[in-house]
Amino acid sequence: VRAFGLGAALLLGAALPGLAQPAAPPGAASCSGCHGAHVSTAIPSLEGRSPDEIADAMRAFRSGERPATVMNRVAKGFTDEETRAIAAWVGLGR
Amino acid sequence: MRAGPGRRRFLLAAALGLAARPARGQASARVVVVGGGFGGATCARELRRGGLDVTLVEPNAAYTSCPFSNAVVAGLREMNGQHFGYGALRGEGVKLAPHAATGIDVRARRVALPDGSVLDYDRLVLAPGIDLRFDALPGYDEAAAQVLPHAWKAGEQTVLLRRQIEAMEDGGTVVIVAPANPFRCPPGPYERASLIAHYLSIHKPRSKLLILDAKDGFSKQGLFQQAWAELYPGMIEWVGLSAGGKAVRVDAGERSVETEFGIHPAEVINVIPPQRAGRIARDAGAADRSGWCPIDPVTFESKLLPDVHVIGDACIAGGMPKSAFSANAQAKVCAAAVASLLRGEQPPAPKLINTCYSLVAPGYGISVAGVYRPAGGVLADVEGAGGVSPLHAPPDVRSREAAYAYAWFQTITAEVFG
Repeated sequence: VRAFGLGAALLLGAALPGLAQPAAPPGAASCSGCHGAHVSTAIPSLEGRSPDEIADAMRAFRSGERPATVMNRVAKGFTDEETRAIAAWVGLGR
Repeated sequence: MRAGPGRRRFLLAAALGLAARPARGQASARVVVVGGGFGGATCARELRRGGLDVTLVEPNAAYTSCPFSNAVVAGLREMNGQHFGYGALRGEGVKLAPHAATGIDVRARRVALPDGSVLDYDRLVLAPGIDLRFDALPGYDEAAAQVLPHAWKAGEQTVLLRRQIEAMEDGGTVVIVAPANPFRCPPGPYERASLIAHYLSIHKPRSKLLILDAKDGFSKQGLFQQAWAELYPGMIEWVGLSAGGKAVRVDAGERSVETEFGIHPAEVINVIPPQRAGRIARDAGAADRSGWCPIDPVTFESKLLPDVHVIGDACIAGGMPKSAFSANAQAKVCAAAVASLLRGEQPPAPKLINTCYSLVAPGYGISVAGVYRPAGGVLADVEGAGGVSPLHAPPDVRSREAAYAYAWFQTITAEVFG
């Protein structure tokens, strides 16, 4: 179901914006509390980043390969599959 | 193709809106949101972007933010940076009812307002925040709070505490009375102690700060105590429950706090009293004997009342702390759940994140984070995730976390009110 939702999000989001979109996958709605789309701050924006880039970063935060202050602690709360769904949703329409 | 935030908003709105519209040709479903803080304002905005008919019931013309109000207490920031209006919500079509709701008729699905009018709803979201308990600590009532400020709802109380600290002579004592769990902003009393100590260390270095605590441990304790020893040596003393820290009585006339172990007179006394869910939620019957509101961890529906959701500080969110970040994250999940339920569908299980930054000094920040999922009827910690900043970290980590604290505040206030 999640894989389908992911595909549908990308396809419908790009081609048919008037149709129903899938809801935010688990965890995704929380991201914008820190990663804002409309303000420029010390916290990097996710605007314009591809789903692959976001998913790769989350994987590296989770493994410890990429150093972080807080994202290492957050990334450990999500499976790889969940992370990919979040990355696709956060990157929706780009 | 590359699209900006406007498109993103549109897509989210389309997702919520088409889901929620009852049927072609019918009026939009009506949702009433009570309380315009981080939770309620976020939820109202998200619901409205989904095309629902949303009314926000909030008596104040602007919201006064508790996050960063400790910096105001310590003279690092001014109150005018704490106020956020509802103009952006109104501009997006959220109707504002500038009143304090007087009652809720759950069977009729109706909210009563003081002018005698009523608001009918299909779904109700309660985000009333906390009430301070003026019946829990002998000697501490609303009149006493004018002498011994709580400053736990930002506004006049914040300014009162700041003025008292500014007026204190060097060599004086500031006492912070901290409550047992649960309460709004678990690291808040200790961030406050830190920033007051920062002010004292510069302006009144012979002064002391004493924390009298009704519990034996607190949020980010190791990090705070390490930083206190490093930044404010000898200035802050914390007395926990088993060492006699629990306040049993306060005396506003004498300016003193009594514990089981003795009486502590002080020049400035900040009493953070026990708390419970805001009155409107308790009067409606959404709170249990604890004074807080049990909720379904998937939908934030009240476990006690039909068609009613409770978010933010007022709800029992399991492992999630009572924070602005939590309220904002809960509000977005709740808005999506309300839309699904109005369409007759069961929402999928969510995951939620919380991150709370605390400033120990300007340029010195620490954090706690958590990831939560529904389990056993509550929002439980995802094991292996979350936790606090490392105890041993170089100064640049503390300085980056301080910068992120400010960045978070800018971002969340822009998302909710901007």
